[in-house]
Amino acid sequence: MKLQSLIVSAAATLLSTAAVTQAATTVTIGTVNNGDMIVMQKLSARFEAENPDIDLNWVVLEENVLRQRLTTDIATGSGQFDVVTIGTYEVPIWGGKDWLVPLEGLPGDYDLDDVLQSIRDGLSHEGKLYALPFYAESSMTFYNSSLLEKAGLSMPDQPTWDQVKVMASKIHDPGNGVYGICLRGKPGWGENMALVSTMVNTFGGRWFDENWKPELDSPEWQQAVGLYIELQQKYGPPGASSNGFNENQALFSSGKCGIWIDATSAAGGLYNRSESQVADNVGFAQAPVAVTSHGNHWLWSWALAIPKTSDAKAAAQKFMTWATSKSYIEMVGASEGWASVPPGTRKSTYANPKYKAAAPFAPAVLEAIQTADPTKPSVQPVPYTGVQYVGIPEFQSIGTQVGQTIAGALAGQMTVKQALKSVQSSVSRTMRRAGYPKK
Amino acid sequence: MQNSSDNKLWLTVLGWTVALMIFFPIFWMALTSFKTEVEAVSTPSLLFAPTLENYAQVFERSDYLKFAWNSIYVSFGSTLLALAFAIPAAYSMAFFPSKRTPGTLLWMLSTKMMPPVGVLIPIYLLFRDMGLLDTATGLMIIYTLMNLPIVIWMLYTYFKDVPIEILEAGRVDGVTPVQELFMLLIPLAIPGIASTGLLSVILSWNEAFWSLNLTSSQGAPLTAFIASYSAPQGLFWAKLSAASLMAIAPILVVGWMSQKQLVSGLTFGAVK
Repeated sequence: MKLQSLIVSAAATLLSTAAVTQAATTVTIGTVNNGDMIVMQKLSARFEAENPDIDLNWVVLEENVLRQRLTTDIATGSGQFDVVTIGTYEVPIWGGKDWLVPLEGLPGDYDLDDVLQSIRDGLSHEGKLYALPFYAESSMTFYNSSLLEKAGLSMPDQPTWDQVKVMASKIHDPGNGVYGICLRGKPGWGENMALVSTMVNTFGGRWFDENWKPELDSPEWQQAVGLYIELQQKYGPPGASSNGFNENQALFSSGKCGIWIDATSAAGGLYNRSESQVADNVGFAQAPVAVTSHGNHWLWSWALAIPKTSDAKAAAQKFMTWATSKSYIEMVGASEGWASVPPGTRKSTYANPKYKAAAPFAPAVLEAIQTADPTKPSVQPVPYTGVQYVGIPEFQSIGTQVGQTIAGALAGQMTVKQALKSVQSSVSRTMRRAGYPKK
Repeated sequence: MQNSSDNKLWLTVLGWTVALMIFFPIFWMALTSFKTEVEAVSTPSLLFAPTLENYAQVFERSDYLKFAWNSIYVSFGSTLLALAFAIPAAYSMAFFPSKRTPGTLLWMLSTKMMPPVGVLIPIYLLFRDMGLLDTATGLMIIYTLMNLPIVIWMLYTYFKDVPIEILEAGRVDGVTPVQELFMLLIPLAIPGIASTGLLSVILSWNEAFWSLNLTSSQGAPLTAFIASYSAPQGLFWAKLSAASLMAIAPILVVGWMSQKQLVSGLTFGAVK
């Protein structure tokens, strides 16, 4: 009898331990700090209420810190994260390294076909999907319509860089604290080089030829970087070489900037009266073109993926499908307002009349995202994918190195020619050491 | 006489100017934390309607108390641990030096000359294998090792300033080395030990490289809490200021309360 009750109590203990273990499935999510992610974190309480067997543990970090942290974690197989927030640059590379779990068996109501094709392609490697998009963006031209009207100007839907230059020169009034144009100047592969790469693309240039030989001192680069520096130096705000997205958003939102070319994701904030003093005067157009429309606007998506090292893959996938679903977008629309829904991922968002009413910029954003083609960033043939980056692991270092040199030229430390000659030589060296062209 | 009073005036003006320049960023951060995000990025102004909205949002979004507790645990724990190792080490080197003591001291200090990123991967792997990743205890160990050279050096300098005659008098009375350390040296060097401890607490409190790389949520201190409000895309300046003020407030209070001890410790032995 004693033995029997011992067995029964041991079995009960085992069962309850198993139940507790199941109840305690913790999904650790590494994510970036931005408005959309904050909303997700806030609404995730509903997911936990619907899934009492899953606890969510948030690790929010600045994107460069997060990138470094995730890379160390995954490369060393530490398994600290179950869901990671990464972009279109990392997903194909990490997928190729077998660091991520391919996403198969998504629930039927997830409706993967509703996700924009260009975004799905950007998050795949060799036909396998490795991440689900949380939001996506391209780049576009924002302008202060009252400043343009005052100068007797109007912005076409598809401006050229020459037109932008003329308009910037006419709006520029530094005596009254108004600057003609604000462009990213802060050095970094995801900072100034995102914009500069699109300018090079539209001037017909490319980072590398088909044999991975750098072309950074080509006439196209000279023209694009020359114009970039001329615009910033003549019609930009002081200290432009330290201005990134935030600084330019602050300048534009406070009415100090006539034209701002940056991420489409800025649109929601610019139209939001609690964040912007120019909410009634924001105009938008497509990103400027020069000689070709190939690669004149970028494509980026912050997406959720599961590292191979995760020990809670099923729970992680359940959370990811919830956070990137149509019903999540509906939930954000209902609770935060339709202008705040994560943009750029689903066709259904852009077909929703509530979103169209709340976000007048929606059709232009959709057009920008759908027409951005990371597989053909240049009018010339290239061996890489990526509009504003080159999809190889070495690019983070190369892009930042080139960005620092161009920021130096912008600050007047050297001429454009000297800067490009210097980066051509250093990038050639880096590529040679990295073993390019790969056999 | 006139010259000396002029000099004093100029030195006072210079002192206040330097103090204001050092204090200004903290003042501006405090001010920004009570502004809205739009006001935070608009033309700088001292006139605005203060709001506690940023603090409310920071509290709603993050578990401040957990981060603060980790900071307290890690900073004070690592300081106590470092002192426990450093006091006997400094005592031995100050009063029983061997021919290798100067070299040992220099070697210890040289470990501070290497950039921490150089040993990140080996330490990360060690922590992974020992199950110390994302634990406050792991961070405490790292901070102890990080501050130990400086703590030993400072204590060594303070101990050298203690008159040897007092210790010798004790030895004549028959005290053992342990009694000499605990009953004579430590009471005599309390100001120096306190200022060394305070410096170690401040260094640990403000350390960001290891905390951001070795912890994520469970063991993360306030530096990780601040980092979660930094963003290259999105305006969070007012919230970042609120989070920063909340992070530095405890150490500011501790520093303020112990400034007398700190100053007397830093000038300990300066005048004999």
